[in-house]
Amino acid sequence: MTGPDAPGGPDPATARDDILGRLGAPDDSVAEAYGAIRREYLRRHSEGDVRALFAERVAHYRAVVHTVTEARLPGALAAALRPGAYVLAPGLPAAWAAAIPPDRRAADGAELDAVAGVVTGCAAAIAETGTIVLDHGAGQGRRALTLVPDHHLVVVPADRIAADVPEALARLDVTRPLTFVSGPSATSDIELTRVEGVHGPRSLEVFVL
Amino acid sequence: MSMPTYLGMPPFPDAAREAVADTRLRRNLARATGTIRERRAAAVAELADWDELRECAKQIKDHTLGHLGHYLRMLEERVTAAGGVVHWARDAAEANAIVTRLVRETGETEVVKVKSMATQEIGLNEALAEAGIAAVETDLAELIVQLGDDRPSHLLVPAIHRNRAEIREIFRRAMPSAPADLTDDPAALAEAARRHLRARFLAARVAVSGANFAVAETGTVLVVESEGNGRMCLTLPETLITVMGIEKVLPTARDLEVFLQVLPRSSTAERMNPYTSAWTGVTPGDGPRAFHLVLLDNGRTATLADAVGRQALRCIRCSACLNVCPVYARAGGHAYGSPYPGPIGAILSPQLRGLGSDVDASLPFASSLCGACYEVCPVAIDIPEVLVHLRGKAPKKPSERLAMGLAGAALASPRRLAAAQFAAGRSRRAVRRLRAPRAWTDTRDVPVPPAQSFRAWWKANRDRT
Amino acid sequence: MKIALFVTCVNDTLFPETGRAVVTVLERLGHEVVFPAGQTCCGQMHLNSGYPERALAMVSAFTGVFEPYDVIVAPSGSCAATVREWHARLAARAGRDDLAARAAELAPRVHELSELLVDVLGVTDVGAAFPHRVAYHPTCHSLRTLRLGDRPLRLLREVRGLDLADLPDASECCGFGGTFALKNGDVSAAMCADKVAAVKSTGAEVLCAADNSCLMHVGGALARQRAGVRVAHLAEILAGTGEGSPA
Repeated sequence: MTGPDAPGGPDPATARDDILGRLGAPDDSVAEAYGAIRREYLRRHSEGDVRALFAERVAHYRAVVHTVTEARLPGALAAALRPGAYVLAPGLPAAWAAAIPPDRRAADGAELDAVAGVVTGCAAAIAETGTIVLDHGAGQGRRALTLVPDHHLVVVPADRIAADVPEALARLDVTRPLTFVSGPSATSDIELTRVEGVHGPRSLEVFVL
Repeated sequence: MSMPTYLGMPPFPDAAREAVADTRLRRNLARATGTIRERRAAAVAELADWDELRECAKQIKDHTLGHLGHYLRMLEERVTAAGGVVHWARDAAEANAIVTRLVRETGETEVVKVKSMATQEIGLNEALAEAGIAAVETDLAELIVQLGDDRPSHLLVPAIHRNRAEIREIFRRAMPSAPADLTDDPAALAEAARRHLRARFLAARVAVSGANFAVAETGTVLVVESEGNGRMCLTLPETLITVMGIEKVLPTARDLEVFLQVLPRSSTAERMNPYTSAWTGVTPGDGPRAFHLVLLDNGRTATLADAVGRQALRCIRCSACLNVCPVYARAGGHAYGSPYPGPIGAILSPQLRGLGSDVDASLPFASSLCGACYEVCPVAIDIPEVLVHLRGKAPKKPSERLAMGLAGAALASPRRLAAAQFAAGRSRRAVRRLRAPRAWTDTRDVPVPPAQSFRAWWKANRDRT
Repeated sequence: MKIALFVTCVNDTLFPETGRAVVTVLERLGHEVVFPAGQTCCGQMHLNSGYPERALAMVSAFTGVFEPYDVIVAPSGSCAATVREWHARLAARAGRDDLAARAAELAPRVHELSELLVDVLGVTDVGAAFPHRVAYHPTCHSLRTLRLGDRPLRLLREVRGLDLADLPDASECCGFGGTFALKNGDVSAAMCADKVAAVKSTGAEVLCAADNSCLMHVGGALARQRAGVRVAHLAEILAGTGEGSPA
């Protein structure tokens, strides 16, 4: 489909051809010119323990951070639950959620606005910026799942943590839907001062393995 | 080519005169920009390779602008292959007609909107309203502007001219769900906005957004935001319509590693903004079932044809230049008569719209050329250079032409300059009483010409020839 | 060393004491100062006001006059910046490739006064005395185009008796901006008011800068307010001997 426009509206073919016409003919020097762009910036900004750095940076956004062993994770997740039901993202490792009682698990197809929270994994994390990246694959759920409920519990295995932005992007498939999450939702719209908690989850709780 | 809301704006100095006298505005702006300046500087200083990132960001943008047709064709092909539909609009009217038709085809009469400079630029909300479609702004600051029946005054924080007490009043007046005991605590104001919009997000079937970046290689579009209203709009409705200036395209996904580092730090002074969403066409079972991408020219190809002015198209709308600008801090955003205020607006608006109107002809002069904007720009736009360039093209009053011509003639030869100096020195008292321009004498004393110019002194004391 | 003085049209016409002070300082340090009589203006005012073709004529004249000299000094940050950053660019844009090449070749030999003293002549103590409390305003072109950094401050710190005050928000523009002060008088005056307040808060008796145009603007406001602060160009302070008025 190429977007046929309604009668009386602009002629799409003309608009496209006009704009591209003003931009000149295609040329074959593009790849070479692109390759000549100088990329002298660093691949990462700090050496050392990426897990500790990630935990520090994500906490900076006023997310709650727990550093736990795999064995203690189920108990820690269960203890973090607030009153109400939680959605477990489809494909979440069963062992992680083992301590969450069945009556605290939201039914399939539950109204997202009515549940207390959601438990997910992640596709990647970025230590330098304290960012969690969801690609909405197994254990993460479709995008609405981590958006509408107010409490997001996210498990970040240490091997998913990249040191910095370039390294994280190299691990991701950008053609999947991606959500980069850096702390709870926030705004700087009132006097350019940051306030946490607007439309997205107001509480982000991170479990670093 | 137009920005419909802003027709008939007075020239910058007239609008600025009122703003300078508005004490509350001055204080609001000084506080907000003062806060963000220091935080931006700290966020940038944290990266040892800032200069290299900035240089690379500039080169990527220049490269893309130099091969824009190539990358737009590629973007169109990849978005289409991923299930999206691409539309092309030469100007605001065409873009508005496309979006209006797409909304009508869904049968809906309300759309939710993510903050977008491109849709501000084309006056989309007004065009939709004429077609009987209500556009609900969901960004907190845009909501403040919309509920206050106001105009945006900042790229990032369109309600920067409002303080918390004013925002509370606007909410109490125009937001039916606002609690009677609403305080001016920013957290309480944010909570009120959350409640006001939640039902609308959950019921919305059509959303309109802009785009921060689009990756040609993959057809991926990105929106960078803070509040989660963007995610709501990009995820929950069935139809998503994105309006994007053609200069927003990037060649490859790898380029994001540069821009996702420089944008948040320049913009909100954060290491990373709370949310960035990336999507490629449509994904079955997740998010909108229909995705339309409207590629907007509206003066961009014309701007690209100017070898000096085209660098304005590198802009990633971070607003760092506004936050450091001493003129913006005192004149406010409205004086720029465009959705693009501040230093970047002063070079972007007259290029996108042309220099024909009073306000556009005045914008290249709305700067002391102090250079603070260039220093902080993450894509190294030499704003003073473009301002000076546009001054050369701007229409000028005959009286000014005459004065500059006379000055030019006096400075064209040392003999004529010496004669002028001699005359001024002989009539110093007269010069002192002379009516110098009021714009100067209102607040400043005028220097008295000396009895002897330097060259006359040199001739009398040092000249050995 | 033989040093050619580009006094600048503003100093030549309105502030000759600055030019005389440069001569005093450089001669005191044992250098020979020459004043090429053919000089007029760097073209900044016409360039920044939107008359590049008139500015180009001045680029051509400037280049012809100063080409024969190895070391050129200008007691003005903005004029030195115009020569260095703009002359070759203006010529190139006008298609005057030959002039552009000559201007580019000449540019690095043109120095603002503090650059000449610190970088070329290698001195920070120029033997001056100036027993006053002084605030230094780094003008925009000095700060952001020439990137003078702390050179002027290093020179001022070596001046006998000088009490250097720390100017709050020093890097903020004073609001002069050439014709900006006339075309946008209200915003300009508002910027100037904040600069004046910052200067007064330091308790300085003298405001110093490397540009007389900015000093004319801030000084004009200080004088209008009878603020008890006078202005002096960097050269005049460096020429001071502590006896009587400087230079």
